[in-house]
Amino acid sequence: MQTPLLSFLLVVVASFIGSFGAVFLKAGSKNLKSNLRSLLTNYKLAIGGILFVVSSLFFVKAISQPGAELSVLYPMVSMSYLWAMIWSRLFFQEPFTRQKFAGLGLIILGIAILQFGKQA
Amino acid sequence: MMNLCDLIGRQYQNEERNYRMSRRRKNLLLVLACTLLGAGAQVLFKMAGLALGPSPSPLQMVLCPPLIAGYVLYGVSTVLLSFALRNDELSSMYPIISLTYVWVMFLSVWYFHETLNFFKVLGVAVIMSGVAVLGLPDGWRKPKDGV
Repeated sequence: MQTPLLSFLLVVVASFIGSFGAVFLKAGSKNLKSNLRSLLTNYKLAIGGILFVVSSLFFVKAISQPGAELSVLYPMVSMSYLWAMIWSRLFFQEPFTRQKFAGLGLIILGIAILQFGKQA
Repeated sequence: MMNLCDLIGRQYQNEERNYRMSRRRKNLLLVLACTLLGAGAQVLFKMAGLALGPSPSPLQMVLCPPLIAGYVLYGVSTVLLSFALRNDELSSMYPIISLTYVWVMFLSVWYFHETLNFFKVLGVAVIMSGVAVLGLPDGWRKPKDGV
């Protein structure tokens, strides 16, 4: 049984949502201190956590499909780097660089190669 | 404690460097622990997926032990990661974080008897090299001002 197309689509959605989780985590980690109170009152961190949970629900759905291979689907989560690069520029004014394009190109190539590795 | 360290560091550059290095080592170990916890969470998610089937009800999901355990690991890993990232740039941790792909691949083969083949290994290796390139220290970009 082959990893179904639905699984791939669900992982794309999961990585998209999860990348927003990372944005909130980054924003929230700025004023984080080593005490429980600052951890619990940090709403950005909480939103980030919720987005990660929602994202992982899509991922669980993806790997729950019959024939879904974890070893193919999990590395596809690296697609979140693509989203992260876009959001980093939009929200944190981090510039696009040749280095980032090169890294991202390799990641996308790796994801493409993985598709040949799925069970026939 | 942090403030005290910062004060000493400002007065003695050498000590500041030492302090930064030990802090960095601690963060590296913390992130490495996160990758192991994160990979463990993925295995639990897959176990939950196998137990629940393709279209579980929300109640079934909430009551599924491996899913709950997976979320606990995932949560602990995320909180630890956010602590590690407080002091270090995320991108400098990328190569270590991408080790999660390796752990998950090995665990998938070992635990779920998925096939290991050339394309899977090459795909993960290429993805990891891409992640590493993303995390390279200021090669082609201008360094930011300040710390």
